[in-house]
Amino acid sequence: MQFTLKSAAAALAMTTALAVPASAELTGDLRIFFNDQNPAPRAAIEGMVERFQEMHPDLNIELTLIDREANKTQIRNYLTANAPDVNGWYAGNRMRPYVNAGLFEDVSDLWDGPMGEELASTRPALTLDGKQWGVPYTYYQWGIYYRSDIYEELGLTPATTWEEEIANCQAILDSGRKCYTIGTRFLWTAGGWFDYLNLRTHGYDFHMALTANEIPWTDDRVRETFDNWRTLIDMGAFIDNHTAYTWQEAQPYLVNGQAAAYLMGNFLVEPLRDAGLTDDQVGFYQFPEITPGIPMAEDAPTDTLHIPAQAQNKEAAREFLLYVASAENQTIANEVLGQLPINSNATVADDKFIQAGFEMLSNATGGIAQFFDRDADAEMASAGMEGFQEFMVMPDNLDAILNRLESVRQRILED
Amino acid sequence: MAAPIITEPAPPPARGYWRSNQMKLAPWLFLAPGIVFFAIYVIFPIFQSFHISLYRWDGLGEARYIGMQNYERLFDDPAFYTSLWNNVRWLVLYLLAIPGGLFIALFLNQQVRGIRLYKSLFFFPFVISQVVVGLVFAWFYNPSIGLLNPILGLFGAGPVNILGNPNTVTYGIIAAGLWPQVAYCMILYLTGLNAVDPEQVEAARLDGAKGWRMLWYVILPQLRPATFIAVVVTVIGALRSFDMVSVMTSGGPFGSSRVLAYYMFEVSLSEYGFRMGYGAAIAVILFLIMLVYIAFFLWRMWREERGV
Repeated sequence: MQFTLKSAAAALAMTTALAVPASAELTGDLRIFFNDQNPAPRAAIEGMVERFQEMHPDLNIELTLIDREANKTQIRNYLTANAPDVNGWYAGNRMRPYVNAGLFEDVSDLWDGPMGEELASTRPALTLDGKQWGVPYTYYQWGIYYRSDIYEELGLTPATTWEEEIANCQAILDSGRKCYTIGTRFLWTAGGWFDYLNLRTHGYDFHMALTANEIPWTDDRVRETFDNWRTLIDMGAFIDNHTAYTWQEAQPYLVNGQAAAYLMGNFLVEPLRDAGLTDDQVGFYQFPEITPGIPMAEDAPTDTLHIPAQAQNKEAAREFLLYVASAENQTIANEVLGQLPINSNATVADDKFIQAGFEMLSNATGGIAQFFDRDADAEMASAGMEGFQEFMVMPDNLDAILNRLESVRQRILED
Repeated sequence: MAAPIITEPAPPPARGYWRSNQMKLAPWLFLAPGIVFFAIYVIFPIFQSFHISLYRWDGLGEARYIGMQNYERLFDDPAFYTSLWNNVRWLVLYLLAIPGGLFIALFLNQQVRGIRLYKSLFFFPFVISQVVVGLVFAWFYNPSIGLLNPILGLFGAGPVNILGNPNTVTYGIIAAGLWPQVAYCMILYLTGLNAVDPEQVEAARLDGAKGWRMLWYVILPQLRPATFIAVVVTVIGALRSFDMVSVMTSGGPFGSSRVLAYYMFEVSLSEYGFRMGYGAAIAVILFLIMLVYIAFFLWRMWREERGV
């Protein structure tokens, strides 16, 4: 009896397999290392695994959640010894060391199928040396989150040009508040400011050439970017003592109304809501234009899943990535994450900030950058962001900072 | 009379190698596990570091031999000099733990009700992990929520941002590091004070010595073994200061609180660090600096043992 049932199920699976390749019979173990333990990402990956498990009941899926920061150093160990079948990482140049060392599986075959068209917008970010090395599952916009109630009180409207931004900032400073909160203790927040100032001053192509080490840091155009930054620093636009704070420790300034805005990624929204700010008090606007006529480019970091080259069950891993990339999964998972799906057929969640980000990124004619530390070489990223932090505290050191960054660039080119 | 009984000593049994050399071999057998692990985890990595420092290697792919280039670059690297200079600061200021520990030990070396409780309270910071000490001090210094600024405010001193200011950050971390280190030196001196000969103190007192002269000429010479150990652990502790820097500032702001141990970690193993060879070169330099102290201490110990 049992035997016949089993064979009937197998026959059924065979017939459906012809129609829907995603439900092909998968067996064995599928080990997934996911790089976030925070509540929303955790729920998102657990949901993905659960739905995939329902489609493949014979597959034994083992999900391991690793702390986001810890994963950044642990990845070297687990990719070289005892590799999982799927692991979480980031798009752009941050894949480079592992691609060069042959530790990531080439998944161009997945991108050659219909998935490639649905994910077309991020294909460049997943491409190194003409091949694709992973599959994106989410991305999020960066921009200026501001206290709309403070703007209302002061009679301001979000700026669209640099002059307006500076005028608004002056009005905010005159009211006894700071324009922007920021915590630079872990450096990357300053990278966000540099990205936007550089993208708006010189455009996407210049920014990408700079992060690809093709333009010297001592170039006058780089100085122009820093000059614009200096305008804000000299006004006293940023909160004091930002070197002592993490990005979370800088939030209370916005929540308590001591600062009016925060240049940040969309993951800021959740903590702001948790802190008691309503959607009527917080707004979002695109970083304003600086050099007129330059097409607007945005930072939108993409989080990705990859197959280690030493994975044991690559067949199941490929099926899982295909499912992760599907419109159905990206709709559900990003609803949970509070972020944007990449699949063009997926539905964007009905949320004020996600909708705003979706609209902004859909019209980002300039291009989509990943983020300074994902576009630049690892060593350049670290030296660069350290230089940005120093500049924010001691803008007079600019010459020394740029010379130092240039010598790092020279050394990377030599190597 | 009975014939004298001559007790012949039993003929020695055929002695195996083990039996005849038991006394010589036993210590080595007992030492063997220690020696093996020391060789694998301490001695071998020293040579491995020398070796890796001659290569360019990202820790993942192929290593390429580049001779002394890592060292040449190191001597051109401003961050290396910042770290070295900070190590010197650590070394000098960390030694304050010794007089600090001595002072507290002298203060606590009395018979009062509940003195054991006070002693253990003073020793407490050494028991908690360095990471926790670092976190506690980081919160204490925090300019927005920390206790330090309100306390300074009581005395009319302006708000300070100790860990965010490149000029004060290293001193702030050293102060945090001193807290447990003083407790450690205190314990060393408290045990040392137990061994002070009361007759000598008595004799000195009869000769009219008291206060500083008593301390300097009578007590301190008897505390020399404790002082020696205190100096050794403090110097080594200062040179390998890593956890405090990592927890409190991650070497920031803009690298101004780096020490060699942290810089080594940063370039080779941290989030953006893929320069194993360069990190190994820093490790070699740090090792050479430590070697100076280690050689000095070994020489002194050898001299003293010979003197006995």
